[in-house]
Amino acid sequence: MRSRETLPLAAETLNILIENIKIAEEEKIPLCQDCGSVIIFLELGQEIEITGEYLYDAVNSAVAEAYSKFYLRKSIVADPLRRKNTGTNTPAFIHTDIVPGKTLTIDVMLKGGGSENMSALRMFRPTDSVEKIIDFIEETVTAAGPNPCPPIFLGIGIGGTADAAMLNAKKALLKNPGDHNPDPFYRDLEIRILERVNNTGIGPMGFGGNNSAAGVYIKEAPAHIASLPVALNLNCHSFRKGRRIL
Amino acid sequence: MEWKKITTPLSSDVIKTLKCGDLCLITGKLLTARDKAHERIAQMSAAGEILPFELKGELIYYVGPTPAKPGEIIGAAGPTTSSRMDPFSSMMLELGIKGMIGKGKRDRHTKELIQKYCAVYFSSFGGAGAYLSKRIKSSKIIAFDDLASEAVHELFVEDFPVVVAIDMYGEDIYEHAVQQYR
Repeated sequence: MRSRETLPLAAETLNILIENIKIAEEEKIPLCQDCGSVIIFLELGQEIEITGEYLYDAVNSAVAEAYSKFYLRKSIVADPLRRKNTGTNTPAFIHTDIVPGKTLTIDVMLKGGGSENMSALRMFRPTDSVEKIIDFIEETVTAAGPNPCPPIFLGIGIGGTADAAMLNAKKALLKNPGDHNPDPFYRDLEIRILERVNNTGIGPMGFGGNNSAAGVYIKEAPAHIASLPVALNLNCHSFRKGRRIL
Repeated sequence: MEWKKITTPLSSDVIKTLKCGDLCLITGKLLTARDKAHERIAQMSAAGEILPFELKGELIYYVGPTPAKPGEIIGAAGPTTSSRMDPFSSMMLELGIKGMIGKGKRDRHTKELIQKYCAVYFSSFGGAGAYLSKRIKSSKIIAFDDLASEAVHELFVEDFPVVVAIDMYGEDIYEHAVQQYR
């Protein structure tokens, strides 16, 4: 990434971000003071029987324990308008899918507020061109500029209903750097969008440069004949997530 | 790149020398405030109450740090998105602050106020919370401790790295950044 930056400030910014990772690792300090909302995706095999504590209570206890034990910032308020902090970073935002088999897959993502605030949804016409969708994505990312802490990872949900598209945009962020959509059509689209976003010139932290995005992931879904929703969920350069399969 | 060393409190003479895109290392005192602290300052001012701290001449850092581990000064402490504090720019500058440190764009009104009050807006390095914590030499909560990470902290920093994002001449790095490519 650094070798692609000709502007000195962009290169300096990337150096600082890389140094930040080293310090965080060595000294066990969080990468970022925004330790995020905890987003949990559960894939629950339908042959599993869960006994004892209610599953979601167990997840929330684990979140509260981790945020206390590792001195992470508690960033969740109990109510969106009265805004009293819960003091535990719970509740986690849990999404569950029932899948065949007998394993439980747990994906954990820590999602910062700054990048989440740059989310977008637009309901396109089914006859709108792919080019028009790419323009929307470029406009959204350009308008967000420095705010989501670029280089960003961009999750895109295309199709489904409005709610499904938004959820798919976030699920798309479960992919790892270098991953692509298995469908060559969407894979090519991911590559085109990445190129367009990197040509905006936003650059690391919005100071200008060639690295505006580090990854673009699309998750598509069937849609109504009248609908073509496109949802965007942005993630900052601090791409914090993990997976366990039980 | 060359880093310019500056100390707080920032004088108007120093602010006049700062140009959009300059890299600076700040040494001295900062006060922290983010969403809730700004809201409370506004409420107290509206009610005619006296603030428990002085804002005149101060440099405000938009940050809500993670809790310090035992024996540490502070946890991760990088900048938060500044645009959420735009509605308070007029009040804060009227109360005498000389500058703000955060990350990201400001609205047009804030930019005009920065010129009017001979102030400066710095962006630090978003997401570099661990790195930036090492430049903080002391931290104590001086007001609104019920707000936890959103309380007002007095920080002393040494060589704290920032970029001049909006200078007192109204130049904005985020506009320049994208224009270089168009």
